[in-house]
Amino acid sequence: MKAGVTLPEVAGWRPVPILCLAALLLIGLLLSVMVGSIPVAPREAVRALLSGGANDPVVAVVRQIRLPRAILAGMVGAALALAGLGFQAISRNPLADPTVLGVSSGASFGVVIAMLLGLAGPFGNPAVVTLFAFAGALLAAVSVYAIAQVDGRLPITTLLLSGVIVGLFFTSCVMLITALLAANELQGVVFWLMGNLAPTGGRTLAVLALVLLIGAGVLARQAARLNLLALGEEQALQLGVEAERVKRSVFVAASLVTGAAISAAGSIGFVGLIVPHAARLLLGPDNRRLIPAAALLGAAFLILADLVARIVMAPAELPVGVITSFCGAPLFVYLLRSRRGGGSL
Amino acid sequence: MNAVDVQGVTFRYRNGQGVDDVTFQAAPGELLGIVGPNSAGKSTLLRLLSKVVAPERGRILIGGRDLSTLPRTALAQRVAVVPQEFHVAFPFRVAEVVLMGRYPHAGGSAWESDRDRAVAQAALEATGIPDLAARRMDELSGGERQLVSIARALAQEASILLLDEPTAHLDLRHQGIVLEILLRHHREGQGTTILVSHDLNLAAEHCDRLLLLARGRIRVLGRPEEVITEEHLVPAYGCPVTVERHPVSGRPRVQGILNQRGKLGTVSHHSPDAREAGRS
Repeated sequence: MKAGVTLPEVAGWRPVPILCLAALLLIGLLLSVMVGSIPVAPREAVRALLSGGANDPVVAVVRQIRLPRAILAGMVGAALALAGLGFQAISRNPLADPTVLGVSSGASFGVVIAMLLGLAGPFGNPAVVTLFAFAGALLAAVSVYAIAQVDGRLPITTLLLSGVIVGLFFTSCVMLITALLAANELQGVVFWLMGNLAPTGGRTLAVLALVLLIGAGVLARQAARLNLLALGEEQALQLGVEAERVKRSVFVAASLVTGAAISAAGSIGFVGLIVPHAARLLLGPDNRRLIPAAALLGAAFLILADLVARIVMAPAELPVGVITSFCGAPLFVYLLRSRRGGGSL
Repeated sequence: MNAVDVQGVTFRYRNGQGVDDVTFQAAPGELLGIVGPNSAGKSTLLRLLSKVVAPERGRILIGGRDLSTLPRTALAQRVAVVPQEFHVAFPFRVAEVVLMGRYPHAGGSAWESDRDRAVAQAALEATGIPDLAARRMDELSGGERQLVSIARALAQEASILLLDEPTAHLDLRHQGIVLEILLRHHREGQGTTILVSHDLNLAAEHCDRLLLLARGRIRVLGRPEEVITEEHLVPAYGCPVTVERHPVSGRPRVQGILNQRGKLGTVSHHSPDAREAGRS
């Protein structure tokens, strides 16, 4: 029984790395309220966050401008990371991600439709816009999987190709609708399309938080079953998993959180590719560890990426999507070439 | 009560392949072999028994319970499958994969219990791979992967084991290792084992009874010496064969033979001498 000690070491809950990720998120949050045109010392920042103060300009900057932005970035990052993780688990492939699959473009299409109908903007209801984005994301995801399926299987080549095609199609639809919009609305659309983490008000944050909780809950409930899907659908069935039902619920949940993230902050690419990959390197592929890890790491990653986007060209701001794509595209190429841990279907 | 009771089951895929009005039983503790040519319906039968597909007509009882009303997890507690090939997406470690065999018992998203871990550990030891526990699946050889697949199936603690060509893709050494583990498990576990195999001699050597399928129908079901005969095999495979007896076990042995023009008649190449020997 000397080997008996190896089992718990290999498989099981690992609190330490998860706590480290939570600490990273807190550090990211603190840094992001400290840095800006008015620098704030760490102690000042903590004080402003915890106690506040009526007429203090530092408190106003930290609590009313920087903190909402960091919270938005964190939730969007967590949502996109969880969406990527979900799509990867059900397609059994580490390359699946809302951007690569064209699901983000579908969600953008939903948002510009809402804009065209005058439902978006400062007087619109963020829940309605999120619903449009969700519908667009779901439409794109269903199309991609329907096109990519060959004899009930999802070969990686057809999955990526159909993702590209569906993504291009919905991007064209977005451009078409942008052309129909009035000139005064245009600037807002373009700004949003590039990926924009400027605070958009408490209601947007509330809707995003609610959707994120629902999506994370669905994924967490299915975590063990998602692990078994890695054996293939037939073996998952033979082990007692209702594979089709699991895939469908995760599919909808991933589309839902993608829609919420895109409608709140526009198109921010590759977060769903980068974060699950990094989390897998840290904690292995067990989804019961991976889901909380990806949510924490996704939040920390986008907060830090936004921080970089704000300071590299200060006082001008870079769209945060530029940072994430610059990280994500090379990683995608690396994963595609090495096929480590994924393999083809 | 029969461990497995298949009553008049028909199932067809869209391409027309499948099984047609199949009826047979397997007794507890029996080792039943399913043999037959390509696309005879052997794997379809295993997919029916593990509820991956459902019969169009007829019914299947596992331990007396109808498959159509048996929940999937309850079925997985009774029936474990070792598939032909075993590929795991994502770099899971061996111990994690073997623990997946506990899902029908552990269920849900909870972590496995100490007992689940003990069973998984015992399965690793029964297959002789406790040292691989911390290795990643994508680092293993084909033979090692198959051993993990068997350990995962053993961890299910199911009384019925379905084996789909468990040695088909293995080298000679791993064929021996895998076969030995499976036969030992069958003897010691007193469970029921159903073995699908292309290898007629392997099936004839080890199985209590053989079921010969051809074009989706049962041609014959009986003891190996009743099934492995020229009378049954020639029409099933559509090629000439010779049958002889194993000098030690006395079980039948079969060889495909060359036809008159010297072309390969069937599965393997044999010299005319072997053909002569087979006749004597």
